[in-house]
Order: sequence, then C-alpha cells, then structure tokens
Amino acid sequence: MTDIPTRRQVLNRALALGCSAAASPLLTPLSLAQTPGQNRLVVIILRGGMDAIDVIRPYGDPDYRLARPTLAVGSAQPDLDGFFGLHPAFKNLMPLWKKGELAFVQAVATPYRNKRSHFDGQDLLEGGLVKHDAARGGWLNRAVQLVPGAEMQTAFGLGQGVQRVLVGSAPVAHWAPDADLSLSPQTLDRARQVMSEDPEFSQAFAQAVALSSGGARDRKPEQGKGPSHVNIARYAAEQLRGDTRVVTFSLNGWDTHRDQSGGLARAADRLTQAILTLRNELGNAIWDKTTIVTMSEFGRTVAENGSRGTDHGTGGAMILTGGAVRGGRVFGDWPGLAEAQLFQGRDLMPTADVREMTGWVLKWALGLNTADLERQVFPGLQLGSDPGFLL
Amino acid sequence: MVFSPELAEIRFGCGLSPVQARPQSPAAMVDALLAADVAAQAFPIEPFPAFRARLVEQKRLARAMRQADSPARQAVLKDENRARNKQTRRESILWFGQSLLRWVHTSQGFRERLVHFWADHFTAQGKRGAMTHGGLPYQEEAIRPNISGRFEDLLFDAVTHPLMVHYLDQRSSIGPGSEIAREKPNAGLNENLAREVLELHTLGVSGPYTQADVRQLAELFTGMGYLPHKGFIYRAKAAEPGAETVLGKNYGGAKARLGDVRAVLRDLARHPATAEHVATKLAVHFLSDAPPPELVAHVAARYRETRGELTEVYRALLEHPLAWEPGLQNVKPAFDYVASGCRALALSAERMTGAKPNHLKRVFLGPMKMMGQPWLRPAGPDGWSEDDSEWLSPQGQAARIGWAMSAPTRLTPDLIDPRAFLDHALGPYASPVLRRQVHGAETREEGVGLVLMSPSFQRR
Repeated sequence: MTDIPTRRQVLNRALALGCSAAASPLLTPLSLAQTPGQNRLVVIILRGGMDAIDVIRPYGDPDYRLARPTLAVGSAQPDLDGFFGLHPAFKNLMPLWKKGELAFVQAVATPYRNKRSHFDGQDLLEGGLVKHDAARGGWLNRAVQLVPGAEMQTAFGLGQGVQRVLVGSAPVAHWAPDADLSLSPQTLDRARQVMSEDPEFSQAFAQAVALSSGGARDRKPEQGKGPSHVNIARYAAEQLRGDTRVVTFSLNGWDTHRDQSGGLARAADRLTQAILTLRNELGNAIWDKTTIVTMSEFGRTVAENGSRGTDHGTGGAMILTGGAVRGGRVFGDWPGLAEAQLFQGRDLMPTADVREMTGWVLKWALGLNTADLERQVFPGLQLGSDPGFLL
Repeated sequence: MVFSPELAEIRFGCGLSPVQARPQSPAAMVDALLAADVAAQAFPIEPFPAFRARLVEQKRLARAMRQADSPARQAVLKDENRARNKQTRRESILWFGQSLLRWVHTSQGFRERLVHFWADHFTAQGKRGAMTHGGLPYQEEAIRPNISGRFEDLLFDAVTHPLMVHYLDQRSSIGPGSEIAREKPNAGLNENLAREVLELHTLGVSGPYTQADVRQLAELFTGMGYLPHKGFIYRAKAAEPGAETVLGKNYGGAKARLGDVRAVLRDLARHPATAEHVATKLAVHFLSDAPPPELVAHVAARYRETRGELTEVYRALLEHPLAWEPGLQNVKPAFDYVASGCRALALSAERMTGAKPNHLKRVFLGPMKMMGQPWLRPAGPDGWSEDDSEWLSPQGQAARIGWAMSAPTRLTPDLIDPRAFLDHALGPYASPVLRRQVHGAETREEGVGLVLMSPSFQRR
C-alpha cells in the first residue's frame, strides 16, 4: 500500500533543488501534501528554540532591558506597535507588516514543560499531543487525512532524516537528487530477489527504484544556485503553484546559547529570505490564499546568560505571514517579564497553546471543523475563541 | 541462543573477515579489551595534545592579524591561516582512513564498536577554525583509553575535554558571583553542557532531575575551560562560590575546586537512572531497536552492582542468552556498513596508505553523506539515530547500492570471486536465495555488489 510517485514527478520535484542542497548542514527535509481547495499552508519548523523575546522585542516592558543588558540594545527599531519592536535582521519583512500580511503570536508553548530538551520538545511540537506517541504520527499528517477527497500522495523530503510533523500512515519517502541508481535490468532483477527476503528492505528498495530507475540522463539537473533555504522556498513555491496545498520544512540554527546577536541574525536572515522567496515566487493570486506559519520547540530564558546568549526556556512565539493573514498585530496575552510573572522564575510564561493557534490555522487552511481538530488532530485540546488572525 | 564466533563478529564486532581470527567466547571478547590496543598501534591517529599545537598556531596567527600594521601584512597572515586550516582538513581525512583501517584489520572488533558507541554517546564537534577537525583526536584522548574502565572516569574525561567544553559552550559559562563576573558585569551562566550531561550523558531525559538541578550543575561547572597551549583548565576565578545542590546533595563550599566537578560526575555516574540509561543504550545499539527488557534489566543490575565498571557491564550483556538470538536485527549505520564491507574485502593497508584525501572523499566520505551519515557530523549532541528506519530510507539505500556496485572494484582492482566473497562476508548467514543470485551474477562487480547490498549484510 505504498504510493510511489512516478519518476517524472520525482525528477520535477527533486532536481529543482540541485546538488548543493544535499551538502548544506542547514538543509532539512521538505514534505508536501495535496488536498482539494485553494488555500495554501506552509509550516516552517524552527529547530533549536527560537528566542521569542529577541525576535519580537517587548521594549515597552520595563523589565526587558534589565533582563537583557546586551541583547536589548537598540530594541525599539523597527517598531511594531509602540510596545514591541522587531529584531532588525527581520527588517525586510516590514513591508509585509505594513500591508497587514504579517502577524506574531507571543507567549505560546506546546504542553512541553520542565525538561527543556530539544529532542523531546521537537517530538512534542511535531506530534501535537500532550505526551509524545510516535505511533500516532504528526499532527499535520492527521489533519491532512481528515480532508475529504484529499489525495494522500507521497510526501517526500530531501536530505537527511524525516520531518515528523508529516509522518504517519500516509506514505513518506525521502530523496536526495544525487542518489541515483543505475543498474542494468538484469542486476535490478537480481537485486529485487535478494531484497525480497526482508520486507523492510524490499519496500525501501522498491521506492528507490521507482524514484530513480530509467536513469536521470534525459534531464539535466538544474543546479540550485544560491543558498539552500532559498532553493527550498523556491521549490516549495513551485509546488504550491501546482497541485500541492501543504508544504512543511524546517530551518535550523536557532539554538543561540552563545553570542546570540550574531547567531540569531543569521537565522533570522535565512527565514526572511525564505519567506520573501515564497512571497515573490507565489505571485499575487496565490499569495492571497497563503498562510505561512512558523513554530519552534520552545522559547528561551528571559535573562541573558553569561555568553551573550540565552538558554532553553518555555514560552515562545509564532510568526504568521501570507496574503490570508490579518496581520499588522502582535497577538497573544503578554504575561510580563517581572520575576513573579515568569514560568519557574526564568522563562516567558506561556499564555496560549501553540496547538490552539495552529488549530485555527488548520480550520482555515484545510476547512477542518472544531470537533475533528479537538478529537483527531489535537486530542483533548479546547480550541477556544477565534483569535482572528486569518481573513 | 548460544554464542557463535560468527555472530560475535557480526553483531558485536566489525563484521566477518577472511583473515582475522574470530573470538571464541564472550569472556575472550572482554579480555581482548584489557589486552594491548593493537589497532590503534598499527594505525595511529594524531592524539589531542599534538592536535593542540594547531590551535596554538591558530591563536598566534589571529593575534598577529590583529596587530598587523598594514592590510598587506594582514592578507599574508590570513592566507597562512587558511593554508594551515586546509592542511589540517586534509590530514583529518587521512585520520578517517586510519579509523577505517582499524576497523578492517583488528582482531578486537568489539573494541572498535565500543569506541564508536561511546564517541557517539559523548558526541562533541568543533565549531570553528582548526577545532572543526578535532573529532578523532578527541576520541583518541577522551574515549578510546576509557572504554574498559569505570563509566565515571570516561564521563569525566569526555565532559572536561576541550572539544566538549568548546562544543557545548562551557568555556563562556561564568559564575555570576565569581571574581571574573565582578570585572565583567554581563558574565554569567550557560546551561548547555550541564543540561546535556544530565539529559544525554548520565540520567537520560526521563531521569529524576529538574530544571533546578540543571541550573545548579551549571553553577558547579563554572570554572571549566581550556587554553590551546594547556588543554583543559580549571579557573577558580570564574567559578561560582558557595555550595550547589544537585539531586539533593551538596557539592563545593568556600573554595571552588575541580574536585567538586569530579564528585558530582561520579555521583551522577553511579546513579541508578544512569545505570538504566546506559544499559538501554547499549542494548539498543548492539541488539535491536526494542531490546528484551529482561536483558536490559540484567545489564543495568550489573552496572549498579559494580558502580559502572564497564568491562563487567559488557560481560553482563554478552553472557545473556538473549544477546545471541540468531536472527540479524539492527541495520548498520553508514560507516559501519562501508567499513564492514571493506573488512569482508580484506582491503589492504598498503592500498590505503598512499591514498589522497580526495580519493577518500570520493570513495567513502561522499557516499557516507548520501547514506545519511556525514562523518563525525551528527545534527546535535544526541549523536546518530539508532532507529533502523533512519538507515532504511530509499535515498540511503540507493546510496548503499551504488556504493556496493562501484566501490569494491575501485578498492580491490583484482576483485575477488563473488562466490568466495559470499562466504567471507556472511559465512553461515548466506541465504539460499542470495547464494543463487550471486552464483548467477553476470560479472564479479555485480556478484560482490549483491552480497554487500543484501539485507543480511546490512543487518547485524
């Protein structure tokens, strides 16, 4: 029961990224899904724990500068709303903010608390449950399967590993463009016999063959020029212009324990470029139907640490952008940064659940109903009132 | 479910070799760990103290660049630095070749496996400059000599190693009440290493620790640092004064000392949760993604009884009947896959000694990256995945098949008869189906490739 895309589909998709992509340490898998309907959803997982307080800077909070003696310097520019400023590395997103196509949700978290482990935190973020259960797959996979008429065609990623958010009973294969098999038909047949003794190998082999047999010689790979995050975004846009409605990928580099001003600026720059590439390549008509949402496994400590960085925290933030976003606002209840207002005296207190916010995005993007979202996608979650960040 | 020399070599060693003797009992496998390290002697890798000279030189150049009186002089120094880094990178690729040869030519396969296991448990990576290439020198100093001692000594040497201190930002973690902090008001803690010690190295993420313990341990760790010309150093001036409480026990007091770090690491090493964590990881690594709970319990009990005497822990693993289930299970990670392939091919050291770094990149490092395991570069401090599915992606399998069909003939131009190779590589694990296909193969390349791509060869 494995859907295997045709070789042509794979080539069309896979080659677009070119070879440079496979070599980048920041490259992460990308997954796609097709559903009926016209709305587009892009989920970007920011791995490492994005520092919400440094991205959407609460310069109007008197405790902010006290907690962040070096990181808070110059924090009011560019200004968002008289209370929050945006990290300057995101300044190229300000035109979207001014058009009302960019919003932020401050002080959100998954149900993950206390241990602050990247690995557990990411499992929970992508699993979307209160307690991680690998067997139930990722929330996005569960959501896509609820869409009537959704064709669960292969979602495949590029590079190493799998994107758990789309893992589940829907078939997933991953592929890198330069892993090509060139076996003679006879050898292929022998190899198939050899693999047939082990079901797991047999399945992987069948997919490998379907993804590359016949040789890629008839089409020259377009070498991906430019950095991999831009190539991924360009490729995602190309798919979203076609039948694809949901894309997810991740960007690493947010674990800024040390010299955060440099590290965060680089990560912010990559994210900005990815977003603007999507904006430019989607075109106006599709952009108007698009929501891009970012999320991260946790936020970071309110206080700066001893290395001009921050350590693993709790409350974080989401970024929402796209023509479908009712933006120009920072959503979420700001809990304050005085010591008594912090979670365990150190972290930004979460005032909303990432999953609740995501639920509203899914309701819009995939047309899911509240009951399904609360029972199937995020079991046990109360969706609450509409935060109103989508058109 | 009894010991067999072939299974010992496949599951707990580096794979079958047509020339190396196989271990004759579990006891012999453990005894070999206490004998001389023959592979390291035969195929030396630069030890960390020698590697440090590169860091010293880098520091000297950086200082000279800052003090240079003209842009031209600066450019000259910059070029020199770049050339030195390139040289270090080339040499580090040759050290990879030595690692591979150890795997191919050792009669103590269990030792190589343990070195890889612990190097992964204590993943540390260089992030900048020459340090980027310090992975194997780190293993030579902190991991390899400690695999058959007590876990607490391994833990201490790994956690206090300059590469680990660098990787997890410990050097810049300063006690807020320390002498240095009085001069630099922004100095403070960095929790990174303390957290990973609890989460990854000792208790495990489900262990009985809290954020407060992470914080206290981070305070206790302040003072740990390194200098290129000295290696690891302890700077009492950077250490947080006063006692810290980790898992309910007080450490330290009036005067900050490295002894307190040693004491807390010793206690963490002897904690029952660490016994459980280490036993589970060993069983998962050597047996299967879901190892039998009674075996894990047996290994953990031995760990607790001996306070982490590692040879005894290994003995408990090897003496358990469930360790010798005949069906092969775990899928080999990429390095283990190509290295055990070279071992079955009896790749000669002579062919490798003259090899150029670019050749090693083409034949090994590039393909390993395509198989999903760029050499010494896992994505985070949790190291490589133990999940079989990680190594069973269609992409990774395509890369393995490509390697199986092309590398053997490049490595051993006088390619072996595939029928003989089948016995060399798999012995009693060659199935009738595989035998039939190999015997019917059209060319030697195809026959040898079929053996190497077969599920039996990819599992252990």
